[in-house]
Parts: sequence; structure tokens; C-alpha cells
Amino acid sequence: MRAFDSTPMPKTERIKKLVADLFAKMPEIEAARAELITESFKSTEGLPIVTRKALAFRHILHGLPIVIRPGELIVGSTTLAPRGCQTYPEFSYDWLEAEFDTVEHRAADPFYISEETKQRLLKVNPYWKGKTTSELARSYMAPETLRAMDHNFFTPGNYYYNGVGHVNVHYDRVIYEGLRGIMAQASEELTKVKFCDPNYGDKKRFLEAVIISCQAVIDYAHRYSELAKELASKESDPKRKQELIKISETCAHVPENPARTFEEGLQAFWFVQQTLQIESSGHSISPGRFDQYMYPLYEKDIDAGVLTREYAQELLDCVWVKLNDLNKCRDAASAEGFAGYSLFQNLIVGGQTKDGRDATNDLSFMCLDATKHVFLPQPSISIRVWNGSAKELLIRAAEVTRTGIGFPAYYNDEIIIPAMENRGISIEDARNYCIIGCVEPHVPGKEDGWHDAAFFNMCRPLEMVFTNGVDNGEVASIQTGDVSNIGSYEEFKSAYKKQMDYNIALLVNADNAIDRAHAERCPLPFESALIDDCISRGVPLQQGGAHYNFTGPQGFGIANVADSLYTVKTLVFEQGKFTLKELGKAMAMNYGQGFDEITAKEAAMQAAKVMESKGESVNPDMISSIIQNVLTMQLPEDEKKRYEEIRNMIIDLPHYGNDIDEVDTIAREAAYYYTKPLPQYKNPRGGIFQAGLYPVSANVPLGAQTGATPDGRLAHTPVADGVSPTSGYDLNGPTASCNSVARLDHAMASNGTLFNMKIHPTAMSTEKDLEDFVSLVRGYFDQKGMHMQFNVVDRQTLLDAQAHPEKYAGLVVRVAGYSALFTTLSKSLQDDIIKRTEQGWDR
Amino acid sequence: MEDYSYLNVKGRIFDIQRYSIHDGIGIRTIVFLKGCALRCRWCCNPESQSYEIEAMMINGKPKVYGRDVTVREVMQTVRRDMPYYSRSDGGLTLSGGESLLQPEFAEALLHAGKALGVNTALESMGFAKYETIEKILPYLDTYLMDIKHMDPKKHEQWCGKENTMMVENARKIAASGMTHLIIRVPVVPGFNDTEKELVDIARFADSLPGVDEINILPYHNFGEGKYKGLGRDYPMGDAAKPTQEKMQGFKAAIERATNLYCQIGG
Repeated sequence: MRAFDSTPMPKTERIKKLVADLFAKMPEIEAARAELITESFKSTEGLPIVTRKALAFRHILHGLPIVIRPGELIVGSTTLAPRGCQTYPEFSYDWLEAEFDTVEHRAADPFYISEETKQRLLKVNPYWKGKTTSELARSYMAPETLRAMDHNFFTPGNYYYNGVGHVNVHYDRVIYEGLRGIMAQASEELTKVKFCDPNYGDKKRFLEAVIISCQAVIDYAHRYSELAKELASKESDPKRKQELIKISETCAHVPENPARTFEEGLQAFWFVQQTLQIESSGHSISPGRFDQYMYPLYEKDIDAGVLTREYAQELLDCVWVKLNDLNKCRDAASAEGFAGYSLFQNLIVGGQTKDGRDATNDLSFMCLDATKHVFLPQPSISIRVWNGSAKELLIRAAEVTRTGIGFPAYYNDEIIIPAMENRGISIEDARNYCIIGCVEPHVPGKEDGWHDAAFFNMCRPLEMVFTNGVDNGEVASIQTGDVSNIGSYEEFKSAYKKQMDYNIALLVNADNAIDRAHAERCPLPFESALIDDCISRGVPLQQGGAHYNFTGPQGFGIANVADSLYTVKTLVFEQGKFTLKELGKAMAMNYGQGFDEITAKEAAMQAAKVMESKGESVNPDMISSIIQNVLTMQLPEDEKKRYEEIRNMIIDLPHYGNDIDEVDTIAREAAYYYTKPLPQYKNPRGGIFQAGLYPVSANVPLGAQTGATPDGRLAHTPVADGVSPTSGYDLNGPTASCNSVARLDHAMASNGTLFNMKIHPTAMSTEKDLEDFVSLVRGYFDQKGMHMQFNVVDRQTLLDAQAHPEKYAGLVVRVAGYSALFTTLSKSLQDDIIKRTEQGWDR
Repeated sequence: MEDYSYLNVKGRIFDIQRYSIHDGIGIRTIVFLKGCALRCRWCCNPESQSYEIEAMMINGKPKVYGRDVTVREVMQTVRRDMPYYSRSDGGLTLSGGESLLQPEFAEALLHAGKALGVNTALESMGFAKYETIEKILPYLDTYLMDIKHMDPKKHEQWCGKENTMMVENARKIAASGMTHLIIRVPVVPGFNDTEKELVDIARFADSLPGVDEINILPYHNFGEGKYKGLGRDYPMGDAAKPTQEKMQGFKAAIERATNLYCQIGG
């Protein structure tokens, strides 16, 4: 491999203007796609589902309004308005109708929706009643699973209501073979289908659907070619006219044929990225190793003298802008869990080649620079670090981190590759990994990983140990006995394990039900065409066509569980400061700190249920008086004092995150309760489950569904995020936090772990600071940590941004596995980010 | 048999700070030894001055400063950051107080640092007999030596002691060639914040063999709250911090007048 050139290129006026135009208006919901898919589905009833999906995809791509925005060099927009979104009624629709009047004003990710759009959607949505994936999935779930979901042990909401997404496809094949190449492969396989093949019909329909879908994307590109030609004919500015003529030529050629230039390669990439999201509503469709698959075209053009590095940078910046033009409206609850309008399109640079050499090239640097230029939340840019990483690349990455944008996220090859091999992935494929969405390792173009399959709240089973499986007055989980009968720390752990195992099995039940629903109702022929081995096996991705299949639900709350177990071990069983029963009471009474509205409402609903079961009538006045009573309830002074005393003893204990072996060892064990049972379970696509340990931003809304916990955490406050220590509990500096987190067994969480750290700007100001910062990352990685990400912004700035959002429209912060505009986040999530410890002060 | 008895030497510290990146090369762990001979008015660590164990109020709660520990105990914390020292060429820094007031402890700590294979540094005014300093030099990679003023009288007025012995020690340390000596100057308003006074110090530093770097550290008032926490008045009142422009001016003046590289901050 040739030596890289890391010289930074300037940001152009065009990019400034494209970014400004993108944010001129609030994002808007459009109705065209919903109408087109409904129209198509009405006309194809009775045909096999995969055929119907292909015909609908074609109908959408033929009919969706198209637009070329002023100044664009890379074209293709899913909505007329910038950053708008289409709707996907085939997955679910009723939540949007229910939120028609609130979606514009909700706290997390508001969208404008016009009266006209509402009317148009109301016309087509009823067709989907009884036909959505979510309805079918629900019918496949066990009653116990539905109950567990009602009681918030876990939520598989992501794929329950939406498409799956969460893949990386063979962009390289489209760029270097053209869609014609893929269609040729499908045609070839069609000739091999035998009359006596038991799956004759399925295979044939699927391969035909692949060909229809690829042709539809080609047609779509041709529509852009025509539009560009038309615009060129009317354009008065000669420079722009030339650009439009070139765009027209490019779209006539790609993605149908192999790209001849770097510019064509980027346009081919973009059509794939955009149309994948038109096909399904999945997020986290991730470009992956962009610097690797784009490099051959870049190198060829630079060598031939037909491309300058300046222009290559401008083109990259244009692609970065387009990645922010795509958007998605989620239901209000999911929007809180994925706050910040993020589509989690993860793009990763650096790392190793398939044969284990350093992969750094010019584009690795230019991708990082594009993020600096565009300074927007997409793509989620990441960097792979290994023992042989080029130091210059890590320093450049640190320069991006220093800007406070929260990118890039750092990933450790030295643990991810063996973790993937341990799941049966070949060494070449593992070395070629990319990241999907937030933090999920993935084999490019070969895997259906079902990452992000659910959020599992590890604190809820812990609560159930104290209540004997009773939640809000009803049995909600397995009954592990009266907590007073637990006589030792070992017995306590064993009860917790039972609670975990039971709910993990239900989580598997939920995910598999949804998996089956997607297989039946939403096979995606275009996505399948771009992932091995769907075509050669003649099976859609959703029915197990991928070379590697996994389901990756994520657990969170490690820090809370670890600190809780330590409390029980030391204060209850070693020192006898209080009993489990008393601790349970203190938790139920929120450690004497009063009750919030959530508790009051729960109590009221519980009382109402009891009364109804006795045949008594309940009226709203009674409910509100119960709520008032709970809110103003005063505990006897001595009782209140005792609970506070208990909480203070807990707070004074050592905590996870301070490099204390005894506590960290418990944290390692706590993570095992979630990571170890999962791989014994299989999914319907022939793969196994594998655990992730990250919360996206769900630690805040799901924390609001969690009562007080034995680590002294008060009811309904956020649960700790990812594998990070509890906010404000890690007091020994960044290296101590890193050491604690590295002490978890990250390899067992092969669906990814997430470690958030907040660094004060003064610790990243000089060149030496950057070098030390890189050493910090490397030191964490030397100890087999998996992932790290940083918020570099001082507390004062964030507080000011909260008070004066108008002054901070462009302030990007790291939320979880992604970054978002700070001012678009809900107040509670903003508070959580502010609270994460700021590391790196000096005496 | 190797003699490990230095690991059992006891001393008194008041803090250990990890991920320190502004006191020597790489990522460092600073061990703060308790007790100082000087009483510099601008001192930002007043809890370091007395050798006695004392309580300081922080956010309304008393916190005890000062604990007696063995070198072995200190090293248990220091060695936890080995991966970061290895990646950054960092290591152990002793600070204070004046570490040389606990000479055996300081020597044993530095000895243990070298035995661990990490870089060692000492922040100190050199307030000790040279024979004491000489003993630690074999274990010391970098000596970050404070020289606050060249005028013995003014030094005494602001710091409580004359500077004669310390200036003399600087010459001897430099002449020994056993450690990399860097001179550090706190820039304190009303005390030494003139071009002439700072250049005087720099000229002296430049005259020392092997010295090629001087650090000028702008006064800050982060320690003010601690004085209140100790029930003491803050000696600096509301003195203003030197501006960035002013510091740049000093740096330029020093680099004009000497052959030294001058860095603002540690």
C-alpha cells in the first residue's frame, strides 16, 4: 500500500451554503411514499409477498417526487423538503395518527406535519389495519412476554414498529460491478433453479424480485438524469449549467454500470444509501468502511490527474451533507430513546485490511476532515484502532474530538476481532469489520445482525428480587420468594440470576416473534440483493439469506447493578447495617426523598384496579385525590431519617468506576448475568443471540420506568449509560474510570459496548494534550476495552445552551452511540449529559 | 538478594492525582507530599503547607488532608496507570509541599518509580541541603525546579524564606548532569510580573549547564476557596490573573534575552 497524504484541504463556500439550506426549516413529514405503497399493494393482492414488495418498491421509485437542491453535486432526495421524512405504514401507523397533533411540539425530535398531509395519510393508513408487521409480531408473542413488556423489563420497540435496517451492504459491488452485475448474478441463479427443487417457487420469485428492484433503482437514477438535463437547459449560470450536465451524465451511467470515476462512485454509493431507506424504514443503515471501498477509484483518478484532492474533499463533504438530508420520524417513546434525529449511519475509517495490515489511506483523513467541515450529526463517524494504527490518523481523530462534536468514536480491533471470531466469524471477515449504528461490530455485506434488537433494563429484575416478582400490584415476573428469606449474598445473587434468566427468555420470545413477522410480511428484495448469500441461496435477508445471522439485544444498567450487589454484599451481609427487607422498604419509600408524579400515578392506577376487582366503581376525582395524597404524603420523621441514613451509607461505599478491584469484579459478574445466557438461544434465521451493553439514549426514558435501586439511585432518575460508571460516582479521574470499565469482559458483549467519557476542553488544548489523549485511548484499549467516545464541552457551556437554546443551534454533543444537536434533546436527556462526569482537571 | 526495604519507608501525603498531563512528559500520576518550608502568598494548595494532618471544609463538609502511607501503598495506586505511562512515556511526579522535607520518603518513592520502569519527575523549590538532593538524583529523570525571584529580600517577603540556598542548589543540580533540569516560574501579580524580574530569572536559568527550557505559569486563584475551608484569609485578595497577551509578551522577552525555550503553563 502506498504512503498516505494527510494534508488537510479547505472547506468550500458551497458546503457552507448546503449546510445552511439544510437547516433553514424544521423537518417535515410527507405523504407520497405512503400513498404509493398503498396504491401498489392494493393492486397486487394475492401475489407472493416478495413480489409485492418489489413491485411496490418500483412503484415508489417511479412515482416519488424528485428534487435537485441548489448547489448539490451529489443528488437524490427522499423528500421535497430538506431533512423531511416519509412514512412507512406497512410496519405500523397508528402511533403517528395518535400523535398527529403533538408531533410538532413534542420534546424529542419534533416534525412539522401539514393538515393536507394528515388528510392524505388518513386516507391510506386504514388499508394497513391487520396487515402490519407489528400486529403480526404481537400475535406471535407469549402472554408472559406481553406482560413483561407492559412492565417495562425490556422494549423491542425498534423493530416492532419499524423496519430493521442495521446492515452494511455491498456498496463496493454496486460501485465496481454496477447493478447490472448484480442483476446478472440473479439471472444466472435463475437458470440454476431446478423444476424439482422443493423451494422452486420461493427462489424464483425472490430472484425475480431482486431483478425488478435493481431495475427500479436504475430507473430512479435515470429520472434524476432527466431532471438534471432539464434544469441545465434552464440554468443561466454557466458554471452550474456544466455541473448539472455532468450530474445528468453521471446518473445516466451509475448505479446501473460500474463507476468510471471517484465522483461517479460517490453518486452510486449515494443512490444505494438513499434507496435502501426508501425500501424500508430501518435506521442504522451504515456506510461502514467507506475509506476502503472508495479508495481504488480515488487513487486511479488522482494518478490519472483527473481529480484534485481539493475537489475530492468537496465531493466527500457533499456526501456528508446528503447523509444529513435523510430523516425518520419515530413514535414519541422511541424518539426519546433515539433522541436527536439520528439515523445512525455509521461510517468508519482506519483499522486493518482483511489480511491484517494497516488500512490507513488518504481518504481516512479526508473523511475525518469532512466531519470537521460539515459539523453535523451524520454520518456517525468512527475510527478503528489497532496496535499498528498510524499515529497521524489518531492525532487527526483527536483533533476532531477536540471540537466537541462527539466524533469520532474509537473502536479497538484487538478485542473486537477475537470477539467476532468467538462467534464463528472467519478471521478475514472479522478483520474487515465495520460498525453498525451506535457501536455494533458487523461483517460488511455478509451479515444480518439484528443489532439493537431490544433494550433490556437490568435494574428491573433486581427490583423483582425485593418484591417477589410483583410490580404495581400484580405478578409481573418469576417469583423468587420473600426477600426476608434470603440468607446470604450467594442466595441473593442466585435470586437475581433467576429473575434475569426468566426475563431474558421472554426477551428472546419477543425478538423471535418480531423476526418471524418481518420474514413473513417484509422481505426486502433490494437490501437482500446487496448482502451475501441471499442471491446464491435464493433466500431474502429477512428469511435467513445472510451468510452470518445474529440477534443482538442490548442490556444496560451495569453500574447500578454492580453498585447494588456491592451494597447487598457489604452493608447487608458483611456488616449487618440493615436487612434486605429494610432495604426493600427504603427503596419502596424512595429513600425518604418523597414521591414523584410517576409513583403517584402508579399508586392510583393500582388502587383503581383493586377497587374494580371488588366491583366498586372508580371515578376520575378519586384517582386525582389518590395522586394528590401520594404526592403530599409525609413519612414519620424517624422513618424518613432512617431511610436517608441507609442511602448515605450506600453513597459512601466505593463505587464502580474508581479502579477498585473488589467492586469492578462484581461489575464484571453483573455483566455476565446478561451476556452469558443469550448465546444459547437461536433466532428464526438460523443464528444465535449475542449481547450488547449500550443504551442508545434509553437510559433516561427507561430509567423513568424504574423504581429506586439498592445503589441509592432514586426512583425514575436515569439509569447509568452503557458500561460507563454512574454519573458523578467516578471520582478518581479518567484513567481510573477506564481501568474499571476495561475490567468488564467486553468480548462476551460481541454486539458492542459503549463507554461515554466527558473531557474538559482544558485537557485537550495543546498538541501534548492530544498526544496524551491518544495514549489514554490506547491505554484503555491495551486492557481490552472495546469502545470509547467523548464529549469535550464544559459544563458552563451546556448550562448556558439549556438556558439560551437560540444561541447554540449548532452545538453538537455526544449522546450515546451517536451525536446530536444539543438543543433538540429533551430537558431530561440534556440534564443527563450535563451530569456525566467531567474528567481531566488539574490541581 | 535485592534490597526492597525502600518499599517500607513511610511518609505523609495529602493527595494522589491521576491523569495529570501538565506536569512533565506524558500521562502522569502526581503524589503530593505534605509539608512545606515556604509560605508563598499565592500558594494554590494551602492544605499542603502544614505537615500536620488537618481538616478542610469542602461544600460544607470537613475532609481530612494528610495520611501516613508506605511507599508500597503509594505504588499500588501509581502502578495502576502503567498502560498509560507505557503509551505516553509518562510516569510518577512528586509534588508538594516541598518533597525534600521528607527526603527518605521522596528518595524511596522515586527509587520505586525507577524500579517500575517509568519516567520520574519532581516538582520542588530545592529547599534542602545539597547532600540530601544528591541522594535522590540517581532516581530522577526530570527536576521541575521553582525559582520565583532572584532578589533574596523580596523572596523572603513573599515566600517567608530567602532564596540563597535554593539558587545555589540549582547551580549544583545543573552541574551534576544527573537529571534534566527545567526551571519553572509562577508569574504573580505585584511580585514578579515585570519583564525585568522574569528575564533576570531566565538569564540565571540560561547560565545553568544543560538547562534549555523555562516554564512560566500564570497566577490563578483556584485555591481561594481552600483558604476559607481552612479558616484562613486569602493572602492575594482580588489580584487579577495575568492576561494571555501579557504572558505572550513575557515569553517573547525571555526568548529574546536568552537561548531558552519558554513555555506558558506546565
